[in-house]
Amino acid sequence: MSLESRVTEIIIDKLGVKPEQVTMEAQFDTDLGADSIDQYELIMGFEDAFGLRIDEDEAAKLTTVGKVVEYLREQDVDQ
Amino acid sequence: MYKRVVITGTGIIGPVGKTADESWKNALSGVSGIRRMSLIDPEQFTSQIAGEVREFDPLDYFDRKLEKRIDRYAQFAMIAAREAYEGSEIEGRVQPERLGVIIGSGIGGIATLENEHKVAMERGVGRINPFFCPMMISNIAAGRVGIDLNAKGLNFATVTACATSGHAIAVALDMIRLGRADAILAGGSEAPITLTGVGGFCQLKALSTRNDDPETASRPFDIGRDGFVISEGGAVLLMEELEHARSRGADIIAEIVGAGMTCDAYHITAPAEGGEGSARAMVLAIEDAGIKPADVDYINAHGTSTQLNDINETEAIKSALGLEKAMSTPVSSTKSVTGHMLGAAGAVEAIFTAFSLREGILPPTATLVEPDEGCDLDYVPGRARKADITYALSNSLGFGGHNVTITLKKYSG
Repeated sequence: MSLESRVTEIIIDKLGVKPEQVTMEAQFDTDLGADSIDQYELIMGFEDAFGLRIDEDEAAKLTTVGKVVEYLREQDVDQ
Repeated sequence: MYKRVVITGTGIIGPVGKTADESWKNALSGVSGIRRMSLIDPEQFTSQIAGEVREFDPLDYFDRKLEKRIDRYAQFAMIAAREAYEGSEIEGRVQPERLGVIIGSGIGGIATLENEHKVAMERGVGRINPFFCPMMISNIAAGRVGIDLNAKGLNFATVTACATSGHAIAVALDMIRLGRADAILAGGSEAPITLTGVGGFCQLKALSTRNDDPETASRPFDIGRDGFVISEGGAVLLMEELEHARSRGADIIAEIVGAGMTCDAYHITAPAEGGEGSARAMVLAIEDAGIKPADVDYINAHGTSTQLNDINETEAIKSALGLEKAMSTPVSSTKSVTGHMLGAAGAVEAIFTAFSLREGILPPTATLVEPDEGCDLDYVPGRARKADITYALSNSLGFGGHNVTITLKKYSG
């Protein structure tokens, strides 16, 4: 499974959104309706799934689906 | 003169039904909701039976995101509140700012607490679910119902163990009487069937160990009773100011005319000698309704099936009504079929009592075969009984020595 698909799957699971909503451009807050607690839970979900820790400053920058994918790719996570 | 308060909606989800009507029919027919526990492995407990909400799929009521973020106890409250709200047909006919919510829980989200404690111990506190606190707290059911039904008026929880929803109703009565709201969703909910929930009550020796015969294990007032049966669920009443209900042509189920609240100030779990505190609550509820003990036609007892409760509650009824009146007044415990829904019990039983008044029929103490010595009232054993009644009491008592009695009246305009 591609990195994009895995990230999308986690987002669908945590936020209960439809697959077609999860575009790379989608903003977590405005497009996917995630409040700050939702977003934190999502970050924890990525951490668990990809076996890494994302610090708070870094997490604050991950405002879109695409930014998460890009960040995880840079971290060279286990795919 | 206080404003008058009526019931215009009811909701129950519990061991004997997923609606108030279904639960009532089963209570009348004496259909037990008690089975071997399935939510957790019963093997290690002394009590292996429970009144669970069976065939419960939260996705029938909530979308997936919401479902994961609401503890089972609060889900039950929301489901019962929706039923009461929808049944009352009050939507669009009450100002949101005048619709209140008083819904409590004896314990709150204990399953959530257990799960996240495990996470913290195994993986560190940094892995605790960020939704943990707002899932677990015992007021979140009231908050969730407020969001769900756009109820923007007064909103809080009562927490008095097994008297929780009795207090919710008593306080809602006064709030409406004083004009602080036009209508209030009042009740309670509980989801205690977890490792520490059941384990804790087992350690108190409070639960029945009649594991080989679940359906008759909860036997209030019977010589063979050996503890209560732990149950789960939620129950909510839509209580409404009389003129508000009349002006919108609401179907009025019954009137709530009084409440009495006391404390034993005696022991954390055992009732006071002779049910002294409970007797005072009944007397206060009778006085608050402006009636006399002679006017009481029926009592829905707390009747838990523990040694101490049933004998002391019997004494309390004698002391509150006077011996002669007590001996001729029917008293029954629907916990015989529901088990003990803890924080939801008082609201379930107030709803059953309201239905009794409306329909002229008393639910039985279904499992009572041989009354214990000293349990010598008319407990309506075995079968429901027709009785045209006007005034009824509903008792709820909780650990901590909390006693509350609600007085209900048949609605006759």
